[in-house]
Amino acid sequence: MSSSEFEAVIGLEIHAQLLTKTKMFCGCSTKFGSEPNSQTCPICIGMPGVLPVMNKNALEFVIKTGIAMNCTIAHFSRFARKNYFYPDLPKGYQISQYELPICQGGHLVLHTQDGERVIGLTRIHMEEDAGKNIHDNSDKYSFVDLNRAGTPLMEIVTEPEIRTPAEASMFMRKLRSILRYLGVCDGNMEEGSLRCDANVSIRARGELALGVKAEIKNINSFKFVEKAIEYEIGRQERVLLDGGRIVQETRLWDVATGVTKSMRSKEEAHDYRYFPEPDLMPVVVSNEIIETIRATLPELPEDKVKRYVERYKLPLYDAELLTNEQQTAKWFEEALVNGVNPKAVSNWMMGELMRLLNENNLPIDKCKVSPVHLTELIALIDKGTISGTIAKSVFEEMFNTGKRAEGIIKEKGLVQISDEGSIDKIVEEVIQKNLKEVERYKGGEVKLMGFFVGQVMKLSKGKANPAMVNDIVKRKLDGKATDE
Amino acid sequence: MKLSHMNAHELKALLATKEVSCKEIMSSIFDEIDKREYDVAAYIHIRDKKELFTEAEKIDNRRLKADNIGILDGLPISIKDNICTKAIPTTCASKMLENFVPPYDATIIKKIRQADGIIIGKTNLDEFAMGSSTEHSAFKITKNPHNTDYVPGGTSGGACASVAANECIMAIGSDTGGSIRQPASFCGVTGLKPTYGRVSRFGLVAYGSSLDQIGTVTKNVKDTALLLQVIAGVDSLDATSVDESVPNYCDLLSLNGKLTVGIPKEFFAEGLDHEVENAVKNCISLLEKDGHNVIEISIPHTPYAVPAYYITACSEASSNLARYDGVKYGYRATDTKNLMDMYLKTRGSGFGAEVKRRIMLGTYTLSAGYYDAFYLKAAKVRTLIAQDFAKAFELCDIIISPVAPTAAYKIGEKADDPLAMYLGDIYSVIANLTGLPAISVPCGWTTSRLPIGVQLTTRALNEPLLLSAAYRLEQLLATVA
Repeated sequence: MSSSEFEAVIGLEIHAQLLTKTKMFCGCSTKFGSEPNSQTCPICIGMPGVLPVMNKNALEFVIKTGIAMNCTIAHFSRFARKNYFYPDLPKGYQISQYELPICQGGHLVLHTQDGERVIGLTRIHMEEDAGKNIHDNSDKYSFVDLNRAGTPLMEIVTEPEIRTPAEASMFMRKLRSILRYLGVCDGNMEEGSLRCDANVSIRARGELALGVKAEIKNINSFKFVEKAIEYEIGRQERVLLDGGRIVQETRLWDVATGVTKSMRSKEEAHDYRYFPEPDLMPVVVSNEIIETIRATLPELPEDKVKRYVERYKLPLYDAELLTNEQQTAKWFEEALVNGVNPKAVSNWMMGELMRLLNENNLPIDKCKVSPVHLTELIALIDKGTISGTIAKSVFEEMFNTGKRAEGIIKEKGLVQISDEGSIDKIVEEVIQKNLKEVERYKGGEVKLMGFFVGQVMKLSKGKANPAMVNDIVKRKLDGKATDE
Repeated sequence: MKLSHMNAHELKALLATKEVSCKEIMSSIFDEIDKREYDVAAYIHIRDKKELFTEAEKIDNRRLKADNIGILDGLPISIKDNICTKAIPTTCASKMLENFVPPYDATIIKKIRQADGIIIGKTNLDEFAMGSSTEHSAFKITKNPHNTDYVPGGTSGGACASVAANECIMAIGSDTGGSIRQPASFCGVTGLKPTYGRVSRFGLVAYGSSLDQIGTVTKNVKDTALLLQVIAGVDSLDATSVDESVPNYCDLLSLNGKLTVGIPKEFFAEGLDHEVENAVKNCISLLEKDGHNVIEISIPHTPYAVPAYYITACSEASSNLARYDGVKYGYRATDTKNLMDMYLKTRGSGFGAEVKRRIMLGTYTLSAGYYDAFYLKAAKVRTLIAQDFAKAFELCDIIISPVAPTAAYKIGEKADDPLAMYLGDIYSVIANLTGLPAISVPCGWTTSRLPIGVQLTTRALNEPLLLSAAYRLEQLLATVA
């Protein structure tokens, strides 16, 4: 058997920190990066006698996500305790959901090179985050920071329906996009507000039974989702090809070495002794509440993509790129005024605008160019006032200064030269200066045409109408040829 | 009569006419503490005497100025030491929390302070409220004030002894499986476990969260109504508290009309002490003579109550007590090699034997492969027992029964026989499994001069009916005595 005869089976377990102002079961702030233990109270540090009270905003956020991911929202769900000892877990148990989660089923659609792929979800549930152990402050002691303890999380679990590392990464990006549209999670994998564990197994292509899986933890960037899974598939293939056997275990992705390392085997796995949380009432959600929340949902990327393709005739690629971030889509839609060609707007956005935003590390809503200003620039190109090349430098100026295209063009005298006489003069000058090249052209080196056009553009500081330059150069050179 | 020996209503009347002051009451209580506490050992912590007198004086001054004073009128109230009191140590009678001082008040403590009750100190209990005799405290054994060779019952043994020994006027206890009612019965005082959710649990150190309820220990039913009035009500800090308005219990004490009283036949079977049985039967005939209708009812699932209770309580306890790990507060073992060693030594030496026994039982009953057979089955039994009671309350208004199969037993008699001790909870755990309100009212004495209590139970949130029935029974007992 060779490695191409294997197929990977991948399921993801994603933890997303909810963007609520306060924690899941107490009133402490969820702000990131504060002084250790400055955002704690008797409830989130698990003092004796305290009780949790559910954050209703967190529930609303999870229901919102469930609706966006096509889940069934449970009318009756329940919190459960997940029991284990660890210093960053102040109560000795995590309040989570177990047998009755808030969202069940659901799916996400991916547009891959091989077409549409529907990835099923198992569930989404609510839970609280743990704190953080700090080991590098002292040789003798470890410290515990409980600022994060009790931060609301949702866990999103997919069915084992992902087949390639690329799909897994695509899933994560799409999920991130949806969460950000909903405003429920900032999707920052590096800061840990979006975390992903991957269950990976392989089997012979065509086999229906699942292979033994390994759970990969500590994947903390989009790039590593793909790399870690890719490594793990390769590792499992090598084990099987060498006649070995995969063992069920938890493995850690090691960023430094780019490999996964065994953390604990199934035998060492915790028995979490789940049982219903007696301190909280079951969560009862009526149809009315679900519909009220549904009404607050924005148009989601998937629907936008459809609309952009159908109504604006954009290629799928453009539509996906423009809708990935809500602010980008908003910018695009605001530019669709004055009968502008949507594809022209898309080209400018995906090209120059994205390039400059990336170079300056700016979010689109902080961009000095307004969508309407871009349409003005496009109109000037269409009218022939400036050439496409000049437009690029005009756009850059607009980006840096916030000035409008027309002003820049006037100020810098960038109006395109479209008068035949003026161009004729420049062409003549170029020909006179380059008689040797004229000879060579006549001798059959027709590719020198480009050289002449280039010289003319240079001499006109790029302002000459390129189409006219082309015409005139050709006419003159060829004319000269017939003259003699 | 000494002030310390009077009940809350008698003292309130004297305070209202300014015949006595809070300071005089406090002073009388301290006389009694000086006399009795050495033998009875009701308290783990008594607050600084000077501080208490200052508090009493302040209330007296306000009364002189005709300021509004809360309905607790500056009366000294003891608090079971598993209820958090800001700036006052809260130990749960455990080495684990020996030096723990909460930075917050339990909701009911706030309410008592607002009602101008004076918290005099913290009473002894079985460690983390696990036990039935107050012998399982890490610090001391509380004795029965009626005979100090006998246990006061438990786990609110300190609370009940403090009231019975006149070392306070009223007390707050907690009841997870009879922990207020059984010691009230043993000590000859009135003990109420309200409906689950009627009183906020915020600040009550959890043992079995779905069973735990804070309640009152008083000298009579009228005082019970007074103290319940203060502590009852919904609490935004306790999601399991019930959002129902609080009736005026004190005004609803007189019984209107005749009751149908149910006697569960399963409760008068084998194992019930004859003196206890006779005392309860006496109550039944008094009620019958008073014109109430007495009928036999059945609670068929009674035999499963004790196992269901211990499985549920221990399962929840195994999780509730996980937070005592030496990391954040409380006891931490010294000289430990690594994290696991720290956990093992801290929990191994910080908890007493009974607590460790219940943590182990609960860990087992929640474990993979055993959960369905134990925890889940116990949950089903709870539902079945609740259905038994729902059916019974279609036929009757009040259920009357013993509180415990016996009166108080000797110290040490059952301490090493946990099973025998667990079986003593047979009549009391049912109110916790079902969440129903139940009260223990003193109803007689054994030949060896130990008190006997009778238990009344009624429908959820119907404390007014429960208290008025108990009040009537109390009056009937007083006439014959």
